[in-house]
Amino acid sequence: MAIVTSKVAGHAPGQPRGGVVQMARDSWVVARRNLRRMTRIPEIVVFGLMQPVMFVLLFSYVMGGAIKVPGGGYREFLMAGIFTQTVAFAVEGASAGIADDMTKGLVDRFRSLPMARSAVLAGRTLADVVQSAFILLVLAMVALLVGWRVHQGILKALSAFLLLLLLGYAFSWIGALIGLSLRSPEAATSAGLIWLFPLTFLSNAFVPVNTMPGWLQAIAYWNPFSATVQACRKLFGNPGVDGAHAWPMQHPVAASTLWSLLILALFSWLSVRKYRNAVG
Amino acid sequence: MGAAIRAEGLMKSFGDIRALDGVDLAVPEGAVLGLLGPNGAGKSTAVRVLTTLLRPDAGSAQIAGVDVLRHPNRVRSLIGLCGQYAAVDEYLTGRENLQMVGELYQMRARDAKTRARELLEWFDLAEAADRPAKTYSGGMRRRLDLAAALVAQPPVIFLDEPTTGLDPRTRLALWELIETLAAEGTTLLLTTQYLEEADRLAHDIAVVDHGRVIARGSADDLKARIGGERVEVVVHERELIGAAVAVLTPYGEGRAGVEQHTRRITVPVSGGARVLADVIRELDRRNILIDDIGLRRPTLDDVFLSLTGHAAEETDPGKDA
Ligand SMILES: Nc1ncnc2c1ncn2[C@@H]1O[C@H](COP(=O)(O)OP(=O)(O)O)[C@@H](O)[C@H]1O
Ligand SMILES: [Mg+2]
Repeated sequence: MAIVTSKVAGHAPGQPRGGVVQMARDSWVVARRNLRRMTRIPEIVVFGLMQPVMFVLLFSYVMGGAIKVPGGGYREFLMAGIFTQTVAFAVEGASAGIADDMTKGLVDRFRSLPMARSAVLAGRTLADVVQSAFILLVLAMVALLVGWRVHQGILKALSAFLLLLLLGYAFSWIGALIGLSLRSPEAATSAGLIWLFPLTFLSNAFVPVNTMPGWLQAIAYWNPFSATVQACRKLFGNPGVDGAHAWPMQHPVAASTLWSLLILALFSWLSVRKYRNAVG
Repeated sequence: MGAAIRAEGLMKSFGDIRALDGVDLAVPEGAVLGLLGPNGAGKSTAVRVLTTLLRPDAGSAQIAGVDVLRHPNRVRSLIGLCGQYAAVDEYLTGRENLQMVGELYQMRARDAKTRARELLEWFDLAEAADRPAKTYSGGMRRRLDLAAALVAQPPVIFLDEPTTGLDPRTRLALWELIETLAAEGTTLLLTTQYLEEADRLAHDIAVVDHGRVIARGSADDLKARIGGERVEVVVHERELIGAAVAVLTPYGEGRAGVEQHTRRITVPVSGGARVLADVIRELDRRNILIDDIGLRRPTLDDVFLSLTGHAAEETDPGKDA
């Protein structure tokens, strides 16, 4: 080997500073790593895009004619639902990614480093948000092409996208917990997806809730999903805003924000606890 | 504090399996301890406890005097870990992997960059530095993994089976790297299933089996336990055994052992090659025809066999995952 020493004077490691500054920096270092990975495995982003784009096309051209929406066309109604479903799929990326890091021994390496305990998961979920933002951007352009429009101005539309990203961020913490619990990336991928379909379909995302039986309506109105979808429809000025008396339907922006914060608080707490005790 | 690594009474069970059953260790600063044991002995579990990855059920451990259970984050800035399976991000380049680890050791970004460059040179990875680690061979990944453990120049380094699965040439290169580290005064704890490896790299060896340290000492101490060197002779015909024993006995330090069916005679000696030459000359003079003769030094394999009743490497290697 070229040099015969491993020692070099002058740049010893810094002391762990602890606190918020270190947490932010460590999370950023891990997030940057995950973003780099995404650029090197573009298939993941491409497949992440294909599914919602397919939904847009299938629902609007194949089933759109059969579903009646009060006050407007199905395509405009549909988009808020697709957007919400798309950000929720961040669960899958996070669960598969974390499980992969567990099996590859990377989580062990991270856990042996003097870094913030939450940074591996925070870095993952932050990178997921960036990915979701990118996918939303492309998806919104596809939606514009098939005739979707916003009618309440750009600011309200942007706040709808912020609500979506907040929900996606919260959901990717659910994914982090699944990934830590299951470890095998394949199992984590399926486990990340399996409950999402019922969750998204038992909501106002694809059909108006008043077409469902009564007991399902109650579930659908209180589904965290429905609050975000309703909030987006309202902020976009799209048809299908539900007039139901359920509180989340009357105050969808507040309900969506609260649901996201609640999920975020609960699952980040559970995941970080699980991470600390992880046995690989 | 004298000991760079100290462990007392470590216990850890996974369900019914006692992975650690009261392990005590003490590694002085600058020493190399080899944890030698077959698959499933508890080596990795011990490393995981000492590197803050796993909480023991009982017992205590300190690194450079800092308590592993009470101040894990302070311990983490004192140690480097090279786990049993190379932990590198295969989609990042070698350089990016090392820089990331440096930054997570809380080095400034610029320092992490410089350090990564030095290590890539030293580990002969400079040419592959900007390729994703996915394209690396097994030996290159191992080197990158070891480099990652050295990024922050920690005073204490843990290497869990650093050469398992490597081809002999790569293993030799890695041994040289590890010897350099040891020579520079880094305290090392390395686990291995290869007796040869412990013999070559470690000042002290702790033999582990079923979660316990069943013997400890230098390689020479351990060898001395089952006696020193021996002369082994295989005679051509059974009828010659008696005559050969008569020749060997005056040179022996003890009784000669005879295995009738293999026609093998073994006698403990001291005096090495000179004795061997004398024996050969004497056998020749008396026309005792031999098939084989040699001076046999005990290996750590012999030590293991005599300590545990089973050979170190005969256990099922598939169990470890
Ligand atoms: N996370 C775990 N869950 C259950 N059993 C484990 C776990 N880790 C190790 N073991 C068991 O503990 C014993 C010791 O394992 P390990 O420390 O990996 O041995 P070694 O590294 O010496 O091969 C083995 O029987 C192994 O199967
Ligand atoms: Mg092991």
